[in-house]
Amino acid sequence: MAKLNMVKALNLALLQEMERDEDVLILGEDVGVDGGVFRVTEDLHRKFGSKRVIDSPLAEAAIIGAGVGMALYGLKPVCEIQFSGFAFQCFHQIENHVARYRMRSQGRFHVPMVIRMPYGGGVRALEHHSESEEQFYAHIPGLKMVIPSAPRNARALLVSAIRDPDPVIFFEHKGLYHAAKEDVPDEIETLPIGRAQVVREGRDLTLIAYGAMVRLAREAADTLAEEDGAECEVIDLLTVAPLDRDTLVASVQKTGRAVIVHEAPRSFGPGAEIATSIMDGAFLSLEAPIARVTSWDVPFPGFAREKGNVPDVARVLSAARATLEF
Amino acid sequence: MPRTVLEPRFQVEHLSILDSDGNLDSSLDPEIPSAELKRLYRAMLLGRRLDERMIRLQRQGRIGTFAPIKGQEASQVGAAATLRRTDWMVPSFRETAAMLLRGWPIEKLLLLFAGYLEGGQPDESQNDLPITIPVATQLPHAVGLAYAAQYRGDDAVVMAFCGDGATSEGDFHEAVNFAGVWHVPAVFVVQNNQWAISVPLKKQTHSRTIAQKALAYGIPGLQVDGNDVLAVYAACHEAVERARGGDGPTLIECVTYRLGVHTTADDPTKYRTAEEVEAWERKDPLTRFTAYLKKKRLLEEGLEDEVDKEIAAAVQRFEALGAAEPLTMFEHVYAELPAHLKAQREQLAGALGNGATPPAGDDDQASPPMRGQRTTRR
Repeated sequence: MAKLNMVKALNLALLQEMERDEDVLILGEDVGVDGGVFRVTEDLHRKFGSKRVIDSPLAEAAIIGAGVGMALYGLKPVCEIQFSGFAFQCFHQIENHVARYRMRSQGRFHVPMVIRMPYGGGVRALEHHSESEEQFYAHIPGLKMVIPSAPRNARALLVSAIRDPDPVIFFEHKGLYHAAKEDVPDEIETLPIGRAQVVREGRDLTLIAYGAMVRLAREAADTLAEEDGAECEVIDLLTVAPLDRDTLVASVQKTGRAVIVHEAPRSFGPGAEIATSIMDGAFLSLEAPIARVTSWDVPFPGFAREKGNVPDVARVLSAARATLEF
Repeated sequence: MPRTVLEPRFQVEHLSILDSDGNLDSSLDPEIPSAELKRLYRAMLLGRRLDERMIRLQRQGRIGTFAPIKGQEASQVGAAATLRRTDWMVPSFRETAAMLLRGWPIEKLLLLFAGYLEGGQPDESQNDLPITIPVATQLPHAVGLAYAAQYRGDDAVVMAFCGDGATSEGDFHEAVNFAGVWHVPAVFVVQNNQWAISVPLKKQTHSRTIAQKALAYGIPGLQVDGNDVLAVYAACHEAVERARGGDGPTLIECVTYRLGVHTTADDPTKYRTAEEVEAWERKDPLTRFTAYLKKKRLLEEGLEDEVDKEIAAAVQRFEALGAAEPLTMFEHVYAELPAHLKAQREQLAGALGNGATPPAGDDDQASPPMRGQRTTRR
């Protein structure tokens, strides 16, 4: 057991999976000697050599495309895209091939690869370094979309993603990399992909979040308990797709109210699918319209205006109160 | 500070062994054994005859749109024939003759172009990828496969095909660049058929050859007469053995011509002249190889009939297959069917009157709550 931040926890997952399975290798820009721009792959190059921790040329499409070839051959590449904002240069490889090879070959081939990307704002970074684009991947059949919220679940989910027979897009929030330390056990842990966690139980309102928004949801729940006497249930999705609808529906059947918090822009975002799934499964339990707290439908406005764009606790509180009082 | 020459002058070679009348340049004879020559010829003939048959099937509405290969048989067959069974072939979407040579059953090709993904399922013993439609995007896959082969210590070689239009794509550049940096056992075969739908080569690149693009990536590039099966074979054999020997990737430009349409939805009279097509018809790869084999007394009597019968039998097997079962579309999305797809599958089954009853409305719940079944206060 060691107290680790998310960077170290992810590094531990990679280290242990690479020790366990020679087919696991890492591919990306600056992932080798430099250890990745966020240091997630630090020291792995020294331990496993340049054949397994590959400093690739600067080309996202070929990082993912070559990863597809490696995976088709039977290896398990963990590809790093340096920032999720650059993934549009490999989006065609992800949509056209990563997601489809199992289908196209009718099961003869599959692509057991992991694509790691730092995402998210609130870190005073430039354009293309601050966005949340999980909705694009969550929408593509054939992909799994995983977003951890803390060091321990990040480590366990990355291990699960590497072992998963299907391609996993693995988003790491930049604001969480160094945000907190948590006890992470030495022995390998996994977490089931496709399963959400109820991280706080409550009867009055369900707050649904993932990634960096989980902290906001928890803080809002604490405040609502103290100031309003309302008990909120907080659900950490952990996997955006496939969505754990059962956990969401069961919670809202109990609470009758839901607020969804995500950092991606609102329209056609994950909140729309989450809200519809709740309506499908818990329509007759609903006491209020489902609310969404999200970034606005604007391109990244620059970090000087970022605070007005990315959800904060005040906006979650205001949406929660409106929902409770409806 | 002086200006100095960093690199000596690059050279780009062109290789041609059989002229358009089938005369051999004996100094360059690759000395392919007779049985192998017959195998090449058979695959080229089968490719040509199947192409003609498929165009008729398409016109009759029995298969959908496809990309005919007429005129490119030599550059496909000559290249693929240099691979071992255990090597990997990564096609684009116009390599029917190469796929036939590699053992794809004819009915699978028909199935593919009739809209059945089953046609894209390689045999378990076959290391070939199914066709890739988005142009050039298969090339990085070939590099990854080759890297993986090298990583595992296998002696497999990967051969990837693309066309002249593909060389303008970013994925072409990225793939060949990666291949050069990683020194992987890959061979890129560019079928330069002069036309990317309606855009001629001169609007595609200002390079005099496509082969010379390889030199910028630090790998060998060679141009061959793509309508000369012996030249294609000789060049690819050299490249495949170089790759297998650990000496890295090669790019081969096969100069050929698409005698037919881009796809069955295309009308080439809009963008090219009949004279141009006629000029290339005189360089037909099959005519020339036939003339050569005739001189060598290697032409087999009745081969055309035999090939036609093989095609007819495959068409019969293809048409005997029943209608596609829609419910199987859920089978190969993930390794295991997730809950939401299970629910959607049940909905479709219900809609088809094929088992489970569909849930009311369009929701994903197998059993939605009953009306009036409130579970909370108010």
